[in-house]
Formats: sequence, C-alpha cells, structure tokens
Amino acid sequence: MAHAETDTQEPTRRDFLYIATGAVTAVGVGSVVWPLIDQMNPDASVQALASIEVDISAVEVGQSLTVMWRGKPVFIRHRTEEEIAEADAVPLEDLPDPIARNANLPADAEATDANRVFAKGETEVRPEWLLMVGVCTHLGCVPLGEQGDYDGWFCPCHGSHYDTAGRIRKGPAPRNLDVPVYEFMTDTLVRVG
Amino acid sequence: MSGHSTIHYKNPVVRWIDTRLPIISMMQTNAMDFPTPKNLNYMWTFGGILTLFLGIQIITGIVLVMHYTPHVDLAFNSVEHIMRDVNYGWLIRYMHANGASFFFIAVYIHIFRGLYYGSYKQPRELLWMIGVVILLCMMATAFMGYVLPWGQMSFWGATVITNLFSAIPLVGTPIVEWLWGGFAVGNPTLNRFFSLHYLLPFVLAALVFLHIWALHVPGNNNPTGVEVKSPKDTIPFHPYYTVKDFFAIIVYLVFFAAFVFYLPNYLGHTDNYIPANPLVTPAHIVPEWYFLPFYAILRAVPDKLGGVIAMFAAIAVLFVLPWLDTSKVKSAKFRPLYRQFFWILVVVCIGLGYLGGKPPEGWYVTASRILTIYYFAHFLVILPMLGIFEKTKPLPASISESVLAKHGGGGATAAAGAASAPENRG
Repeated sequence: MAHAETDTQEPTRRDFLYIATGAVTAVGVGSVVWPLIDQMNPDASVQALASIEVDISAVEVGQSLTVMWRGKPVFIRHRTEEEIAEADAVPLEDLPDPIARNANLPADAEATDANRVFAKGETEVRPEWLLMVGVCTHLGCVPLGEQGDYDGWFCPCHGSHYDTAGRIRKGPAPRNLDVPVYEFMTDTLVRVG
Repeated sequence: MSGHSTIHYKNPVVRWIDTRLPIISMMQTNAMDFPTPKNLNYMWTFGGILTLFLGIQIITGIVLVMHYTPHVDLAFNSVEHIMRDVNYGWLIRYMHANGASFFFIAVYIHIFRGLYYGSYKQPRELLWMIGVVILLCMMATAFMGYVLPWGQMSFWGATVITNLFSAIPLVGTPIVEWLWGGFAVGNPTLNRFFSLHYLLPFVLAALVFLHIWALHVPGNNNPTGVEVKSPKDTIPFHPYYTVKDFFAIIVYLVFFAAFVFYLPNYLGHTDNYIPANPLVTPAHIVPEWYFLPFYAILRAVPDKLGGVIAMFAAIAVLFVLPWLDTSKVKSAKFRPLYRQFFWILVVVCIGLGYLGGKPPEGWYVTASRILTIYYFAHFLVILPMLGIFEKTKPLPASISESVLAKHGGGGATAAAGAASAPENRG
C-alpha cells in the first residue's frame, strides 16, 4: 500500500482500528479498575448503620443520652426550661459562629436557638430536644457535658466552651457543634441520619 | 545483566535515570529487543499468562485482606461479609479463588511444555530447577490460602496435611505441634498461615525474576529444540511476542471469566461453605483439584511415612530431571518414542488426579498404585533408558531451515527476501 509523503487527508482503516481498539481498551481497563477502587467505599453493612433509631422515652428533663452514629458520639439532651431560655436570649452578634450548622436547614441559616433544634420534616420546633454530633469542631475531642462557662459543654483538650444550644462561645473551636439530620418518627423515637 | 547498556536515549530525563539505574534499558533489552526464536508456538505463551495471574492474585489478595479477619471466630463470617456487603466483594473473592485454579492450569501446561520440548536440558537446568521451586512455593501458598476461609475443608485439609509431618520418626510430633502452635489446628495456625500466605507471593515474584534472568542467559528454547544459530533465527520480542502473548492472555481470560461469572464454585468443594467444626470430620476430605494427583500418590502407599516420602519424591524427581533424561535431543518432535511416553505420562497424571478425588476403596486403590509406580518409572527408568536406546529423527540444521522447510521454502532468493523483512507478507 503506497503512502503519501504528507499526512493523508482521509483517515485510514488503520486509524479507525487504532481508535476503536483504544476506546475498547479504555472501557476494559476502567471496568477492571473500578471494582478495585469501589471496594474501599463504605460497604453495605456500614451503610446499614448510616441511619439509627433511638428511643428517647427514658431521657428525663435535664438528662443527656449519648449514642454512637457513623462511628461518632451524638449527644441527645432533654433540655430544661432555663437552658432553653438562656440559649434564646443570646444575641447573634455575641456568637463567634453565627451559622446554625444544622443539616436539616439550609447552609446559611442563622444560629438562633430555634434553628439549632429544628428537626427534619417538623412544622413546629421541639426546643426541649437538642441533638448534636459530640465532636469538638476544633480538633475532634469529645466535649464534656454540663460543664464550661456557658452551662453547656466544655472541651478539655484546648478549652472550647459551648453554650446550652451547643454553640461555640469561647475558645479555639471555629464552629458550633454540628446538628445531624434527624427526624421524630414518634414523640419518643428519633431517627438519626 | 552486565554493566552498562549501549542503548542511547534522546530524552534527557530517561537518560538521567538510566545512567544511574539502568531499569529502562533493562526493560528494553529484555522485554522489547530480546532476540527470540521465530518459531515459538502458543505453548510458549503460558509464561506470560502465569505472570499475569501472579499479578491478579496479588492485587485481588491485597484487596481481600482489607476486609478479612484472621481469627477462628470471625474468619468465616468475614468472608461472607466480603461476598455480601463489600462493593464488588463477590467478584474479587471469586477472582481470587478461581484465579488460583487458573494459575495451576497454566503452570501445569507450562511444565508439560517443558517436558515435551526438553526445555529442562543443558544449558537450562537451573532455569528448570528454579521453576520447580516456584511450583513448590505455589503449592504452599495455595494450601495456606485455602485454610483462611475457615470452612470444613479448610480446617480438615489443614489437619490432614500438617499431620503428615508426624510420620517423621522421633521429631515428627514436636514438629507438628510447632507447625500448629498448639495441639491441634487452631487460631495460632490460622494466624501464621495468613502471614505466610501474604509473604510467599512476593517470594514468588522474586523467583520469577530469577527464572526470567536464568532464561535470558541462554535464551528461549523453541519447538525444534535446536538452539539459535544466528540472528536470522530470531525476531524481536516486541512486537511479535508481546502481541502473541497478549492474544493468548485474552483467550485465557475468556475461560477465566466463564468460571468467575458462571461457574464460580464449580472447582471448589461445597463443604467449605460449612464453618469449620473441630469435632466433626466430613465424610470425604479432598484437597483442591490441583493437589489431587499428589494426594493420590500419598494414599497409594500403605505406609504413612512411605506415602509422605512418595508424595515429596514426586516433586523431587522433577528437580533432577535434567540428569535423568540422558537424550541429547531436546524436542519430542524428533523423538518418536519419547513422544508416546510423554502422552502416556499426561494420561497417567490426569488419571492420578481423578483417583485422588475418589474414596480410597476397591479398584481405586489398585489403580492409584499402578499409576504411581508408572509415574516414577517414567522418570527413573524410562527416561534414562530412552537416551541410550531411542533412535531420534534427524534434526534440522537451524530454526530458519525448519521454518522455511515447513512453509514450502522456495528458491534461495525468495526465502532470503522473506527472512530479511518479516513484516512483509508474501
């Protein structure tokens, strides 16, 4: 087969074969590589624990329950009237972090006490139930409850103080404690995640 | 490997690396430019297939270890967790289990190729012996790997095979307890088998490196058994044998995929889906199919120690094969008598495999004994004698001559034209 000295205008049969082979090879390599990568993603047994249901009927007013969710502690606190009132009274300008950090609300919601206790699918807020991921937003220690200068939580690692709505008030932590996705299945059954 | 390469690279980065560590020129010399006999048939593609499968086993194995728990109370369930929960876990597990079987299919074909074409003869004796060590490592690795899922066959296969060492007089029982880490197969056994099963494939990789190095000193054997006499007898490994190997690999993978996706448990034993129970022995303990011929030899000898010795001797006899076969002619192509005995040996080995899977009763026992005796007779009696008494066919003067004769070699000019420009056809 004679070849022109310059590049041929028309793609040749060889070009087609090269491109077709390359495309099929790419698909083949992808289909081999993908399972090897995907197997490291959370498996079905981990996904099954991605959502838990918690019975909160035994948590009295003024008590806290800590449950494990996705490998982390979640504080479920049955707040007293005083704690609710205290949180409500704080003006937004006093808060180092004015964002609610509530997964059930848009990302820019303000850190009012009502927004801190907003659950998924609720028309009304239940201010007596505060649920938060118990991981300090500084470097990840678990804060201690009913301690600190703001009647909320205190993280002993580097001295962050959280208030009765779990919002950072003093110390190196940059953000309020995260509120996870949660939903009241009944008055006494909460699904987290 | 000898000193500095003579290849000159234009790319400055490549040059910088290669002058300090000649891996690039080493790859080019050994995997691309390497002058390879031009008459190799598809029996020569199994080395490439084996290298691929070592890679497949290592990769799937490392991934499985991310999800496996090596403890007697948790191992079985962790494997079921892999099959049911882990993304593509079923696929990776079936690839690893069937990968072992396909690794052995390929290695047996590779070995029988060596037997047929005399690839174990001078100057390739050490290459052959490294190959036998590779086979031994493969067998150890496969045996220990099969224990890890901790099913009934895992446990009882481990018990039977480790108990063999108690046949050694005097020190037998202490050795077995040392192997077990206890008084029976248990958690210590599982843990050390896990460690060694992870280790040995990398030892295998090093052995494969030595194997290829030992091959590249004399160069490949070929179907005529006549050594390369001039560069005209050879073609560069790349692109001719890279492409041929690649094609053979694809075909082999089609069969592999058929088993992985449609017959994933066919080569396995159903009893291994029962969690290990040290108090209940299954009715028929059998190893995986690739061990069956050796199992048949083990059970053929009525004495416990004798059976153990015979089983190890079956491999030991392969070690010394280069000195047992006295014929100067390498390839069975030119050894009409040897060729017949070769095929009889193939049938005998398959027969031993069949018998290894049967209960040791009735005519199975008699047949196992006959075939075991024949196996050893082939290597220890027939081969040495053939070298003396066989009338071999005349050998071609060179590889080129045999290739040209085969393809209706025409006049010298036409032949020369075809030989000097192998990329042109006709």
